[in-house]
Amino acid sequence: MDDAASAPHHIASLADAPVRVVSARIGLGARLSNLWGRRELLRNLIASDIRIQYKGSVLGIVWSMLSPAFTLAIFDLVFSIFLKNGIPNFVIYLFAGLIVWNMFFAGVMSATSVIVDRAGLVKKVSFPREILPLSNVGSAVVYFVIQLGVLLLFCGALGHAPDWHFFLVLPVTFACLYFFTAALAIVMSALTVYLRDLKHLTAVALQLWFYLTPVVYSYENSLAPALHKHGLATLYFLNPITLIVLTFQRTFYVSSTVLSTVTHQPLNLLPTWSLGQYFERNLACLGAMIVLFLIALAIFGRLEGNFESEL
Amino acid sequence: MTTVIDVANVNKTFKLHYERNQSLKERLLHPRSGRTEIFQALQDISFTVDAGETVGIVGHNGSGKSTLLKCICGVLQPTSGSISLRGNLAALLELGAGFQVELSGRDNVYLYGTMLGFSKKRIEQIFDEIVAFSEIEHFIDTQVKFYSSGMYVRLAFAVAVNVNPDILVVDEVLAVGDERFQAKCIDRIRRFQQEGRAILLVTHSADQVRALCDRAVVLDGGKMLANGDVADSLRIFRDALMQETIAHQTEGEAASIVVDAVTTPNGSFDVATGAAMRFDVQLTSETAYSGNFVMEIYSRDGVLICRTDRQGSPVNLRPGVNVVSVELPNVPLLDGVFDINVGIVDERGSNVKAWSEKVATMQVTYGGREGGLVELGALIRQQ
Repeated sequence: MDDAASAPHHIASLADAPVRVVSARIGLGARLSNLWGRRELLRNLIASDIRIQYKGSVLGIVWSMLSPAFTLAIFDLVFSIFLKNGIPNFVIYLFAGLIVWNMFFAGVMSATSVIVDRAGLVKKVSFPREILPLSNVGSAVVYFVIQLGVLLLFCGALGHAPDWHFFLVLPVTFACLYFFTAALAIVMSALTVYLRDLKHLTAVALQLWFYLTPVVYSYENSLAPALHKHGLATLYFLNPITLIVLTFQRTFYVSSTVLSTVTHQPLNLLPTWSLGQYFERNLACLGAMIVLFLIALAIFGRLEGNFESEL
Repeated sequence: MTTVIDVANVNKTFKLHYERNQSLKERLLHPRSGRTEIFQALQDISFTVDAGETVGIVGHNGSGKSTLLKCICGVLQPTSGSISLRGNLAALLELGAGFQVELSGRDNVYLYGTMLGFSKKRIEQIFDEIVAFSEIEHFIDTQVKFYSSGMYVRLAFAVAVNVNPDILVVDEVLAVGDERFQAKCIDRIRRFQQEGRAILLVTHSADQVRALCDRAVVLDGGKMLANGDVADSLRIFRDALMQETIAHQTEGEAASIVVDAVTTPNGSFDVATGAAMRFDVQLTSETAYSGNFVMEIYSRDGVLICRTDRQGSPVNLRPGVNVVSVELPNVPLLDGVFDINVGIVDERGSNVKAWSEKVATMQVTYGGREGGLVELGALIRQQ
């Protein structure tokens, strides 16, 4: 056999192999390099996640577009037609915010219970556990990209040109979204092992969070004057999703001020920041989100030591 | 030799909860309720495994074997101490733990392989080998949920052994599949040994350790009792098991029986093939005891030649010194050195009362020309 013949060679190469240490605590750097080393597993987990999701369903991956499309249609119907918010082309405004929210929601919600759900795997196979919540975030990214494509098709169909300059900012904005979702997903997945209620609590909290984010309404047009008067605007922007949603809306919806289709008065929809200001803010946000992500990994490291006895 | 596994002063403690308060409400209402107790699963374990070595870890249930293995594989973090590993490690803690039943066998091979830490390219190269080894060619594109349990574990085992890890960790999973598949697994493990890979094997079966391992580590109650030669370690393992059995017995029947010595009438343990042989086993019993006597004969490379009836032959021991004689009318063994183990078990043959490993060694000499272990006296003629 080939292998048997190469046995001495095999042992010689083993002497040079790096030594891995399993110790009580893994440092943050080692944690990151472990994660990087197992990116192929992450890719495989994401692929199997997506495949399982739609296995056996007739429409398959089309569902990943259909269900947001229905949400979109319902919100459009309620806010634009029943409540007459007067925003022209409201569907684009809505869609731009909704794809951001959908990714955040799907990532955090599915990751919250992932460690508990896959206890059998966690207790029996060794791999960096963070990969499990990260794979949920990864599948959310895949659906995000699909929906982004659909949004562009929408823009084309409605003859609504996005602001192409802002596509320079979008990668930074997307990175913000990714790191924030990942940070929250990682922490929640670990905490849920100790507090099983979090799964339900997260669902409720996210529902509230959705309305704290200007997706179905315009911040400038509703809360901004009141918050500015009391100097509380900063508070509203502590929600990182707000900045991300605003940047996406600015990119795809473009106009900061429009004429209401109902009252024919000007409506302030989006902040009147310049491209540079958007870029600066997004960059600052990204820095904060990366720090948050590292903190999340550190917290996960503290919590994962007792997974075995809690699962 | 290159050390591939270095376990240094590893401790592992678990917190045992007597009342689980996992819901938020209960935690808020009763923050301090529920007793907890610290349970020390591993105490100061240190040993090393070199490349090319096969080490068995033996111990009865709850001795910490699986905890130790999980620490080595990185599933658990030791509370203190460290474990250094060199090279790739594939662990078979539970076969198919990483399988996604909704996916096909093919997808699962890739998923499980990457989970064990191997690259997609590597798995592509050996994919056919994996499938051939698992013998489920026709079903490789079927969803795993339709597999029989045998197919399931065969596929998992095939992935783990065919990725050719430098270290293979096996936890009592060799009992999978039919006898033919088991033989194939053992065969593959032997090939691993020849290729100089390290194997860590956890098992209950002393026979398996004798057959496969170069060395054995004995764990009992989280402590390492022995680490060395297979026969010595197994003797310590059985002694420990026995002390436990005796400790578990109620006052009345806590009879302590000791095997003092095994002698032969002429004082020599040398025998010629085909000749008769007699052993006298001297036992000291504290009380009268009716039980069964068992004897095993092993070859030097750990093959069990013969075990007398597993249930044993009935003996009535009197308090004090007893002698049980064993007569072999004609020893059919060919030349070699054979070790003898003797012991006393209870009437049902389920509890060991006394056991002594390697209590005597018999030397067989053979003048004929047959080779192997036993003389069959084959007559060969052309018809």
